[in-house]
Amino acid sequence: MSAIIDQAAIKSSADEDGFVEPAERKIPKFVLTLISVFVALVLWEIAGRRVNPIFASYPSAIAVAFWELARTGALWSATYDSLRPFVLGYGIAILIGAPLGLLLGRYAVFEALFGIYVTAGFAMPLVALVPLLTLWLGLGFAVKVTIIFLMSVFPICINTWLGVRAVPKSLIEVGRALVAPNSVILRRIVFPATLPYIVAGMKLAIGRAVVAMIIAEFFTAISGLGAIIINSANNFDTATMFVPIVVLVVLAIGLTSFIGFVERKLAPWQAEIAGRNEA
Amino acid sequence: MGEVTLTNVSKRFNIRIDGQVQKVNALSHVAFSVADGELVALIGPSGCGKTTALRIIMGLETPTTGQVSVDGVAINGCGYDRGIVFQHAELLPWLTAYENVAFALEMKGVRGAVLKDTAMRYLDLVGLTKSVNRRPYQLSGGMQQRVGIARALAIDPKVLLMDEPFGALDAQTREQMQGELLEIQARTKKTVIFVTHDLDEAVLLADRVVVMRDGRVSEILNVDLPRPRTDIEAIRGMAAYADLRFRLWKSLHAPSVSTQKLESVN
Repeated sequence: MSAIIDQAAIKSSADEDGFVEPAERKIPKFVLTLISVFVALVLWEIAGRRVNPIFASYPSAIAVAFWELARTGALWSATYDSLRPFVLGYGIAILIGAPLGLLLGRYAVFEALFGIYVTAGFAMPLVALVPLLTLWLGLGFAVKVTIIFLMSVFPICINTWLGVRAVPKSLIEVGRALVAPNSVILRRIVFPATLPYIVAGMKLAIGRAVVAMIIAEFFTAISGLGAIIINSANNFDTATMFVPIVVLVVLAIGLTSFIGFVERKLAPWQAEIAGRNEA
Repeated sequence: MGEVTLTNVSKRFNIRIDGQVQKVNALSHVAFSVADGELVALIGPSGCGKTTALRIIMGLETPTTGQVSVDGVAINGCGYDRGIVFQHAELLPWLTAYENVAFALEMKGVRGAVLKDTAMRYLDLVGLTKSVNRRPYQLSGGMQQRVGIARALAIDPKVLLMDEPFGALDAQTREQMQGELLEIQARTKKTVIFVTHDLDEAVLLADRVVVMRDGRVSEILNVDLPRPRTDIEAIRGMAAYADLRFRLWKSLHAPSVSTQKLESVN
């Protein structure tokens, strides 16, 4: 009797070709991530409570401090002040870095003339230039945008540059065989083939842009989330100091996943090539 | 029309091996011509220069000396009078099958409804109407190569150049594609020059087989089998087929000039 019922159950789940989709038993990846984060927070809480609150803090104390800053609205205005130069500086870095990288990778003469500055700019300790930049641009919005731009443009540019160099010659020849002009080959073949590298550069640049933003807020007009960090550190209020740090980390993770999401929409073929599309 | 003539074509590459620049003569004084509507196979061991010859005819490489002309006009780089099918299809991975063919037409300046109709017509010709919206990685190797052929034919070239087009396919798919190529050629009357290392493929498809050794043309064989040859089974059963295949095999296995030299030194 039970055998008949089982047969019926199988039949009902089979599709028109007679295939039965195997039941999904794997734990979704985001659940694994959540478990990992939860365990880390618990361990931090246990360890943090054993230490003098001036030297370290722990999640529950940070949550209380977060609530305090959020209630007064100080956190939101600081976040807004920080994000304005961040978005502009990072945005300009993408708009300049990616096309520059395409040209460097595609034209040997351009690369010979200007490649060395990009390599040098990437390796240069830009923090050391901050005092000079404040002399030129003052302490306000412009200098913050500039610092964020300078820190994030080079990873985007270099990644794009390397990406262009990795485009198979055979794909370029498809364009050449069709008598496509260089500009068309660059736009219609090299650019799409390089897109995954550009996106990887954009992800790398997020981290540098966040660091640049805090440096700018420490060393120019003290403002935004950086100001909360400095002021609470000076008051030995370690829990409050951690609030902007946590906010920044969460924002950076969110932005990275957003870029990954856009990449999957714009460049779905990349996941197919790598075999990551098993949905 | 689609007459191709190679006159005294030589190609020398400079390659760097362990820091030393070595001159390699990929082609030496190659000369042959292909009549309009003719199917010619370039065959020879790997490294004999057959692919280099094809790339020079396409205009992807420039010859060190000599010239290639199509219908009496010397070529200068790539042109729409020639279309090439690469060994590994080389479809643009971000475009669908349809878009890959449309891309070729767009490069030629075709737009609008004409572009759409022409692309669909050639995809239909290679038997791919159902999968036009799939991207290359969602297509099998044989289907990818079909798109590659449709892309090359869509620009309506006088000469179709193919670089081991079926070499990467499994035996069954290869035979099927060979039959389809014969049908397409019978319908479109294009001049076809293809590179192969497969004796059967050369005899089955070609009117003439150009045998190449060490960058030179060592022999040109006429394949006087009747056409149409779309009935592959009947052709393979012919005594003349076996005879031609054997003659070609002997031609490829005759001791080459360079091996003779080596043997005399030893």
